[in-house]
Amino acid sequence: MAELEVEIVAADHFVWSGAAKMVKARTSDGEIGILPGHSPVLAILAEGQLAIEPVSGDRIAVDVDGGFFSVDNDRVVIVADNAQLGDAATAGIR
Amino acid sequence: MGAQIRVYRQKISSTTSMRKIFKAMELIATSRIGKARARVAASLPYANAITRAVSAVASQSEIDHPLTTEPEKIRRAAVLVITSDRGLAGSYSAGVLKQAEGLNELLRAEGKEVKTFLLGRKAQAYFEFRNRPYGRVWTGNTDAPEFATAREIGAALLEDFATDFEEGGVDEIHVVYTRFKSMVTQEPTVIRLLPLEVVEEQASSESELLPLYEFEPEPEQVLNALLPRYIESRIFAAMLQAAASELAARQRAMKSAGDNATDLIKKYTRLRNTARQAEITQELSEIVAGADALAS
Repeated sequence: MAELEVEIVAADHFVWSGAAKMVKARTSDGEIGILPGHSPVLAILAEGQLAIEPVSGDRIAVDVDGGFFSVDNDRVVIVADNAQLGDAATAGIR
Repeated sequence: MGAQIRVYRQKISSTTSMRKIFKAMELIATSRIGKARARVAASLPYANAITRAVSAVASQSEIDHPLTTEPEKIRRAAVLVITSDRGLAGSYSAGVLKQAEGLNELLRAEGKEVKTFLLGRKAQAYFEFRNRPYGRVWTGNTDAPEFATAREIGAALLEDFATDFEEGGVDEIHVVYTRFKSMVTQEPTVIRLLPLEVVEEQASSESELLPLYEFEPEPEQVLNALLPRYIESRIFAAMLQAAASELAARQRAMKSAGDNATDLIKKYTRLRNTARQAEITQELSEIVAGADALAS
């Protein structure tokens, strides 16, 4: 099965990257779920929590306060002004 | 005669203590450069992602956004000058200020008014000494810039950009900073931030092509949200580069100051020894002469 290649960056540091099965994010219009094969999207993130389901391991929650994300060719780049990994996430850092 | 030795001794001891300071500052600068360069590297993913996104929006959709359209006549330009807070960094601040003066003259020659924004106490001192007006100044942490400062500067510049010329607004924004090329070369550089020239790179390979994005919510709103971030990220990148350059310049300046101090100490020690020897010789000849006078 295809995987998403996820990368989360904040203004002054790198936050997380890895392979994922699904990414769920909140935009200013509502929630959006991204699965592999999604069409290219460029969207504005709303303040709130992102959920990433990695290929292996537990679901990762990331708190962001605004930013944007882009999806193309199964590559998800989440650009946050400030991002904070949830507690369960540390295991996923590579 | 003894006075001369004392003078040399004083000079040697003061030069020695100065050398200690130079050495310490050199070491501090050296240890901080690594961190500053790491921060430059850490900010790259964000800057790359945002540049890519902005070019994607700007190249795909024909939006008339005030930030991307060139005004027909530019009457006032803002110049942000990034210098250091502290001196003892060789010609670092002077180089930037010289570059800024050059840009200033160029803009004036084109018939534009110039409004200057300053970052760093050195730039502030330069302008205050010459009684020249400036817009705003930020000081405090030029050797370890924070993103919050970049955001503040970005907001101030954008606010001026959004204001009409008649009310004191500006039509374009330039940034003068020092680009960190390598440990030995740092280059004062001018970039134009606004209006945006989104560099439309020649697609060299298939993978370089930007995909056709869907925008969420609307292209215009996306651009509205992206552009301030892009500006902030450019300013922050410039600040980080400037910080790394400042530290590198300081390290180099302190290294050569320390070397010069060593040379001076050597020279003064020689002179002191000569003076001491001359004194001994004179004393001897005085004693011999005195003894001769008594004997005869």
